[in-house]
Amino acid sequence: MSQAVVSINYKKSVIDAVIAGLLALIVFGPIVGIVLDGYDFNAEPERLMWIVLTVMAGRLAASVFFQTSKGAAFLYKHSSKEEGVHVLPPGHKSKLRWIIPLTIVIALLVPFIASKYILTVVILGLIYVLLGLGLNIVVGLAGLLDLGFVGFYAIGAYGLALGYEHLGLGFWSMLPISAIIAAIFGAILGFPVLRMHGDYLAIVTLGFGEIIRLVLTNWTEVTQGPNGMNAPLPTFFGMEFKRRASEGHVPFHEFFGIPYSSVYKYIFIYLVLLLVVLGVLYVKKRLTKMPIGRAWEALREDEIACRSLGLNHVLVKLSAFMIGASTGGLAGVFFATYQGFVNPSSFTFFESALILAIVVLGGMGSTLGVVIAAFVLTVAPELLREFADYRVLAFGMLMVLMMIWKPRGLVRMTRTGVEQREGNVK
Amino acid sequence: MDIILQQLVNGLSLGSVYGLIAIGYTMVYGIIGMINFAHGDVYMVSAYVTAIAIALLSFFGIESFPVVILGTLIFTIFVTGVYGWVIERVAYRPLRGSSRLSILISAIGMSLILQNYVQISQGAKQQGVPTLLSGAIRFDVGDGFVQLTYMKLFILCASFIGMGVLTYIIQKTKLGRMCRATQQDPKMASILGIDTDKIISTVFVIGATMAALAGVLVTLDYGGFDFYVGFIIGIKAFTAAVLGGIGSLPGAMLGGIILGLSEALFAGLISSDYKDVFSFSLLVIILIFRPSGLLGKPEVEKV
Repeated sequence: MSQAVVSINYKKSVIDAVIAGLLALIVFGPIVGIVLDGYDFNAEPERLMWIVLTVMAGRLAASVFFQTSKGAAFLYKHSSKEEGVHVLPPGHKSKLRWIIPLTIVIALLVPFIASKYILTVVILGLIYVLLGLGLNIVVGLAGLLDLGFVGFYAIGAYGLALGYEHLGLGFWSMLPISAIIAAIFGAILGFPVLRMHGDYLAIVTLGFGEIIRLVLTNWTEVTQGPNGMNAPLPTFFGMEFKRRASEGHVPFHEFFGIPYSSVYKYIFIYLVLLLVVLGVLYVKKRLTKMPIGRAWEALREDEIACRSLGLNHVLVKLSAFMIGASTGGLAGVFFATYQGFVNPSSFTFFESALILAIVVLGGMGSTLGVVIAAFVLTVAPELLREFADYRVLAFGMLMVLMMIWKPRGLVRMTRTGVEQREGNVK
Repeated sequence: MDIILQQLVNGLSLGSVYGLIAIGYTMVYGIIGMINFAHGDVYMVSAYVTAIAIALLSFFGIESFPVVILGTLIFTIFVTGVYGWVIERVAYRPLRGSSRLSILISAIGMSLILQNYVQISQGAKQQGVPTLLSGAIRFDVGDGFVQLTYMKLFILCASFIGMGVLTYIIQKTKLGRMCRATQQDPKMASILGIDTDKIISTVFVIGATMAALAGVLVTLDYGGFDFYVGFIIGIKAFTAAVLGGIGSLPGAMLGGIILGLSEALFAGLISSDYKDVFSFSLLVIILIFRPSGLLGKPEVEKV
């Protein structure tokens, strides 16, 4: 194959770079270069200069690179947008089937070897895995953009706190009840909304999430407003994980005759959470093979075709919405019990955006991707404390860049193909 | 009685601001069918640029009100307009032709970027501008009185002038004709020699300049702002756009004013704690019962 001789137009590149620099000067000049200080300001020309120079250098490099044959190939590769789901040959056996049992064994060992700090970080990671899986069903499989997912998370968390406060119910009764309540809210919101256009759905769910948060903040008689509420710890067959149990209960450590340690409750939460996550993973895997799961994906790819083939699009979408919501509710219960305390500031729109970033980064519809992304996006900020201020900026950039270059996420969704049965018309 | 009238006055000025921001949503939706999620944050940027412009002008010793206000308006509108163009170029143009979900996610990413970037560069604390225009006209009504501050009057005048100029541009000029043609049928418009990419950029710039006008007006009136102001006002302006019928320019203005009035009345008569809940609920209700809004045309899905 002969390589076409590519001449690079450096003049054009330099002009591009200068224009980009000018634009950067206008855009960053006021905000970065002049920092407000009361009614006065401080000029910061140095960091402005660095940003403008970076933009110019980047634009120059990009301009030259895209004129070379490699750059053209790069552009071509990323211009073929939105290739569909990767279909594996029938009877394909994933290499992961050896890794999965191994991972489960390691996951079961984690609490007994990790320190308390690492354990709490891992629990948080698992909570986000659960949230990511829930949203993944809604966004990834059914293609419904839900920007108010944090609303269901809040319902789960406050379900535990309110049930404990007002009804005297504990963790184990509220775990299923919260999931059901979240699903009911999903149905109430979803049923009228799912008939409408996809983008409207995003805004309505966003409004819903905000309404939940505002009600939790303002309805002080029931939710104690911004002060928040206490949430109970889980119990192990009625045994509590406190140093001294309440009336009629035995503390866990006394029953087993071991010294008290605050790690036990985290170990217990971790193990329960791990079981729930594994359960959700299994259910999700089965669902994608069932007719309902196939219907979700078909609706995502082409709604009009599905409707003309007789699918009831509202019910199919509603089922995805409700399952996603109940998973969010479960995650909320775990969050509340893990923190021992809930208040409305944990459920802002940013949280929804973070969960969405997990799904987008991991690959919409891909379970493995979501699990990895949830850990990366929750554990990385813990490790990189000094860059904490830049966390949101990085998420935003990640979302834009992923949509431009890899709209299907880092781990592409795959599904095993179907073999034609004997006797079919060839 | 005087409370109701006072709330109507407040609601009218609030509503005209919503209308200005809603224009950005409605025009962009009309032309490429996307919700520009970062639009509220463009408004937020314009609030910062306003304060910076005022600080700069006072640094150079310019104090006379007309010069300050004109200088601030020109500076803010220019800078924010460039923001509109750059955002479209960086985050949306590479995605032309991909699914609506991807574009919306990219817009959400852009919104996070803008918020965090302003927070990092300017600090998370609340910022403010000095009061430039004080004083009010008072009307006696029954036992009480209704107060129309000069600033509110200025907001009303400026936003109606802004909307008027925009309506003229869209209805009468060649550029406006090209915009309308692209909105009706982008493919046909490009066959007829309209550079649709350029028109789309222009629409983003127009939306950003209108948001900048709103940003200057609100900032001068309220004084305080932070990096998070764009979120709530953005959703409300979107509600206004949907209420009026998304894609329709007069609808955005009408929707803005109706939303502003009803929100002010709700806050004055029922509960100000729940006024945001009221606006969001209104959005949900409109989308359920009349998704095409007051002046919009029902959308027909085609294969």
